Amino acid sequence: MNWHEYAIKHGKLPEWPYEISYGKENVVESDVLVVGGGVAGCRAAIAALQQGASVAVAERGFTKRSGLGGAGVDHWHGAVTNPCSKITPEMYSDTAMKISDGYTNGLARYIIGKEGWDTLLELEEMGVQIRDEDDEFKDTMFRDEETKLLFAYDLDNKHCLRVYGNNIKPCLDAEMRRLGAGVYDRTCITALLTEGGRQGARVIGAMGVNDRTGEFFVFKAKAVVVATGGGKRLGSFAPELTESQSMFHINLTNMGHTIAWNAGAELVMMDQLYVGGLDMGYAPYSMGNADNTYQGAPTVDANGVRVQHASATGTLLTDERQIFQSANPDTFVIGHGIGLGPTNTQEYSVSTLDHALNDKISSGELRLPLYNDFTLLDEKHRRLIWGLMLSHEGKTRVPIYETLSKWGFDPDKDMLQYAVTNAELLSHRSSWTGLEHSPKNWVVTAGGGGIITDWRLQGSLPGMFAAGGFPLFGSGCHGEAQTTGRYAGRQAARFASEHDSAEPDRAQIEREKRELFAPVENEGGDIGWKELNYAIARVVQDYCGRYKTEEILDLGIKRLKDLRDTEGRRTYANNPHELGRLVECFRLIDLGICYMEAAKARKASSKILGFSRVDYPEMDPPEWNCLLPISQSDGQVHVRKLPCDYYRQAPYSDCLAENYEKYTVPAKKEAT
Amino acid sequence: MNEAYLVPNPIAPNQSVCIDHDKCVGCNCCANACRTQTIMPNPEKGQPPIVIYPDECWFCGCCVGACKREAIRIVYPINQRVFFKRKTTGEVFRLGGPDSPPQTYFKPPVG
Repeated sequence: MNWHEYAIKHGKLPEWPYEISYGKENVVESDVLVVGGGVAGCRAAIAALQQGASVAVAERGFTKRSGLGGAGVDHWHGAVTNPCSKITPEMYSDTAMKISDGYTNGLARYIIGKEGWDTLLELEEMGVQIRDEDDEFKDTMFRDEETKLLFAYDLDNKHCLRVYGNNIKPCLDAEMRRLGAGVYDRTCITALLTEGGRQGARVIGAMGVNDRTGEFFVFKAKAVVVATGGGKRLGSFAPELTESQSMFHINLTNMGHTIAWNAGAELVMMDQLYVGGLDMGYAPYSMGNADNTYQGAPTVDANGVRVQHASATGTLLTDERQIFQSANPDTFVIGHGIGLGPTNTQEYSVSTLDHALNDKISSGELRLPLYNDFTLLDEKHRRLIWGLMLSHEGKTRVPIYETLSKWGFDPDKDMLQYAVTNAELLSHRSSWTGLEHSPKNWVVTAGGGGIITDWRLQGSLPGMFAAGGFPLFGSGCHGEAQTTGRYAGRQAARFASEHDSAEPDRAQIEREKRELFAPVENEGGDIGWKELNYAIARVVQDYCGRYKTEEILDLGIKRLKDLRDTEGRRTYANNPHELGRLVECFRLIDLGICYMEAAKARKASSKILGFSRVDYPEMDPPEWNCLLPISQSDGQVHVRKLPCDYYRQAPYSDCLAENYEKYTVPAKKEAT
Repeated sequence: MNEAYLVPNPIAPNQSVCIDHDKCVGCNCCANACRTQTIMPNPEKGQPPIVIYPDECWFCGCCVGACKREAIRIVYPINQRVFFKRKTTGEVFRLGGPDSPPQTYFKPPVG
């Protein structure tokens, strides 16, 4: 029953089902506060609890299942120290940096390489299966007979594992609660608390609102881990059309970036902005393809003619094993979907379909539509894709594995149709995503931008740590998020043990409350959150899109501020849900300004960053090959230049292992 | 039939998940598992929840997994209903189409 049906049936509006108490103040104190209860946040909480810290977790949704990894996962990247792997943490980090021209997080990628496997082993102890224990895939090329591990993408180097990750989030949630975490679900964190309420000072907690009750929360903590998800509502917003087909859900507003920015922390790579939509496609994994979870699935044309696989550099492949090898024997497949964006070489990428697919379709040699023909696989390999990967990946167990089966699809008999679109896209990525239906000027803000940290994963503000694929700049996907979460949680606990708590500034709290609850008291309000969000997205699309100049960016910043100060003051919220969404919109305005300030700071264009300036068209001039940490205080924006490999320059050692050994906090199993 | 009311336009998708009112006991496990408040409890206790914000549904299926009575299922938006072809017969079916074949794939998830 939806709203219309209820209203028509009952002749009245459904009452809000929870008791509302707008602005009622709740104070929660802990050693460590974790903002965001996804996989990174849960790992941070568990690790901090294991170190003996008391922990509170503030989560926008419901920790048992929320977060981008909440519905499950099928791959674990970066487990490079597993007993079968031929890749070292140094190779993993250095290669990520090399193929990204330095625009990724070499420091975090080293930590991921160093601890990814340990992080997964701990997960196994919590009840997540990571091996072929029933020997279902015995004698296949994907399995190591001794460890029973199953590999993906690169069968020579064996550093990416297939995992049975459907129950990861319930296991993490249960462990976190068992160890005593205080979990605050349905809490939209809107600001960090800083010492004296000053931008740029030590972080001592956070504030937020509950989207069921409208109650206000003040979290006081000695250390804070920012472990929020990514975002998309800033530039590409059309939920009625895109929610079902997106890898990013509507709660994702880059809130961690924004609260860090507003607290005065330094962010980098906020100038990595892709123009072009990701969302106007089909439900993730619902259509045929030969990519990602479907790697190795055979593809045929409308007449059943086989489409060949090709190496990442275009060599046609004749043997099935070659699909899971790198393009040349001196390289390795670094991973896929791990936040590396476009790279300067294909040599470390996964295999694709025939690079001449477009020509062959144009000439009539191959006919659309294409299909995945799973019947061409032997039963074990078919089960590996359909029964393991698709039944464990997030967003596929119920939406694909169960739902398609219920509607009669049978991979033992049926062929799954590809999207009908530009074959150049089809040969290189998942057929359900992007397509050619997205508005040309949509801006995707899910680049690698985020909080810059030291070797402790501590940001530029004392007491604020960053973890996860998004708030921590350039740092990857699911396994990476868990690994950096676990590392940052230990660091936050150590920091908390060495520092006293600080009393929050009352004026900062009152300011936040006034702003937060204004829309529920605004009786003349006539603008809802959605219209405001569309307006914000339009400004970002137009003024931070393809045609950026100094003047255009200044105009964009002005228009966002205008929105906040004019239409923003006419907004209303009918209930705590709308209030939560509206507060997110106000923070999106702050975030848009951050992106535009970062775009103003880079006076050059850049290929890897997907960044274009009409007034500075030169691509990647050497003097601009650097990170540009950006922060704000007292109404001023501050930018500096920083080498991309800052983490191996003074005061650090050039040796990654030495830095790691110096700064890491050893893991503990149980709370002391 | 000749009665009408002034109501807002229908939202799209109309109903991202469908709750079977015969099976549902109104326990609200699905509403609790929903990350976005797409599903909210019915104000009347024990009654099936309401799909209040279907435009916010991520189609993650966590509500389906949380339901102990198999009372809830995903409803793909019509523009998302993909096609498949039976290899032996050449028949083409649409997800949710009028002539969908009966379920034949019952193999449980690996692990």
